[in-house]
Amino acid sequence: MLAQQDALEAEQQARLVKAVYVYEAPVRLWHWVNALCITLLAITGYLIANPLPSMPGDASQHFVMGTIRVIHFSSAYIFAVGFIGRIYWAAVGNHHARQIFILPIRSRQWWGEIFHELKWYLFLVKEPKKYVGHNPLAQLAMFLFFTIGAVYMICTGFALYGEGLGAESWAGHMFGWVITAVGGNSQQVHSLHHMGLWVTLIFVMIHIYAAIREDIMSRQSMISTMISGWRMFKD
Amino acid sequence: MTETFYEVLRRQGISRRSFLKFCSLTATSLGLGSAAAPKIAHALETKPRTPVLWLHGLECTCCSESFIRSAHPLAKDVVLSMLSLDYDDTLMAAAGYQAEAILDDIKKRYKGNYIVAVEGNPPLNEDGMFCIHGGRPFVDVLKETCADAKAIISWGSCASWGCVQAAKPNPTRATPVHKVITDKPIIKVPGCPPIAEVMTAVVTYMLTFDKIPELDRQGRPKMFYGQRIHDKCYRRPHFDAGQYVEEWDDEGARKGYCLYKMGCKGPTTYNACSTTRWNNGVSFPIQSGHGCIGCSEDGFWDKGSFYDRVTDIKQFGIESNADKIGGTAAAVTGAAVAAHAAVTALARAKKKTGIDIPGGEK
Repeated sequence: MLAQQDALEAEQQARLVKAVYVYEAPVRLWHWVNALCITLLAITGYLIANPLPSMPGDASQHFVMGTIRVIHFSSAYIFAVGFIGRIYWAAVGNHHARQIFILPIRSRQWWGEIFHELKWYLFLVKEPKKYVGHNPLAQLAMFLFFTIGAVYMICTGFALYGEGLGAESWAGHMFGWVITAVGGNSQQVHSLHHMGLWVTLIFVMIHIYAAIREDIMSRQSMISTMISGWRMFKD
Repeated sequence: MTETFYEVLRRQGISRRSFLKFCSLTATSLGLGSAAAPKIAHALETKPRTPVLWLHGLECTCCSESFIRSAHPLAKDVVLSMLSLDYDDTLMAAAGYQAEAILDDIKKRYKGNYIVAVEGNPPLNEDGMFCIHGGRPFVDVLKETCADAKAIISWGSCASWGCVQAAKPNPTRATPVHKVITDKPIIKVPGCPPIAEVMTAVVTYMLTFDKIPELDRQGRPKMFYGQRIHDKCYRRPHFDAGQYVEEWDDEGARKGYCLYKMGCKGPTTYNACSTTRWNNGVSFPIQSGHGCIGCSEDGFWDKGSFYDRVTDIKQFGIESNADKIGGTAAAVTGAAVAAHAAVTALARAKKKTGIDIPGGEK
């Protein structure tokens, strides 16, 4: 009886939902692994610069800073390997996978639509446009904050990591130049890497807010898309 | 004029017989056979020791003070037996024109075969008039003396990086040696001052093996500057355990905990203090309860307080560190996000009421 009623209601009121498959499984997996890594990296990173209150007792009974550093370094490795994998997927995946790496900066239309998106966020236009992948403003923000940011954090981070491993280590060979490039003082690299933490935090705040807001306000799904891969259009 | 090793050995009371026995033993040890013994003897008898000219620019003489306290080898052995220190205006007895004449003499007679050790650096503003050496700007003397040198040793942070006289705003434009002399191999031995044994060891290495030691990316000998103070610090277990001095003279300080929170620059400083130590291996700053100030690092005067972990970033023009700048930016962003969300909610509510309530304001 109830089922019949529901079926009737569905018949009368349901809208036809269109959906496009956007984010392939590796992209989605990478996204959530990244979310975890960045959370761990941010917390442990802050604690490396501003350590917890001292532990009492014998030094051999604790490994607090040691553990914090191990978590930081392990997450960093996963983050870096994931980033390399993501670059690979940009090459072999669908065209949406390339969005955060390549910007259509020569397209006037693209710049125009960034402007339109800005107006949407400033409450100057009533209706947002529809996009299957990132909207142009989101694409630009992802590129500047995330793609550039990730490269920056990987370079400065592994340069510092290479100091512990030694100049002859792979990290010393590959990223040691970063320390020389910023003037040769490793303290400077520490400060710059630490600034990156705050930039990341600001990115995460805006990223999550925009995702939730767009999920509610825009004409397509957001959060569920990054879980299922399907972009649902509401109208 | 410069003594050979043989002459030095004889002067120190070693007989010719002992000398020849040493040569034979060396030849045998090296597996060269008996024919090599006379060759070794000949080399030691005829090959003059490499002359070293020690120049002083803008400096405080702390490098010299450190050097003369070397215990292994003793500074007197280095100066009197091992190297031929032909010019050092602080240590030598000669003065005036005769002393200055040595510079010219060595330059001519040992062209391309002498070492210049530079303590301090040349100031370049006002044509170098802020540092006068024998009546002439030091920068001119430096360029002239280095022109025919085999290699140059930059003693201390002054010669290597610029140090205090090059700290902002650097009124005299004090400039490290490698930015003035660009066509010679330069060995940087930074530190304010460098460790005595590191100094004598670098000189000894160069004279013994007749080549410069292996250098890192920034031109420092890897054998002494290959690792950070932190990597070999005896308080490192307290760092890993999470046991820190929280403030001066607290319980942790008395127990010798890690000085990380007190701004110790051990984790960012490349030097041999935690292994070689100072004053004949007696102690080093961290062992005495004070954090490392990073004196052997480039620009250590301009990199914020010696007592902060997260140091000030001067580029922003204000005294502010990464946490203050970042925290403020994050707070502003958070407030902006909240305000934007509020406006969004209001706009949405207005739109909804406009549609949903019949007869409502539209």
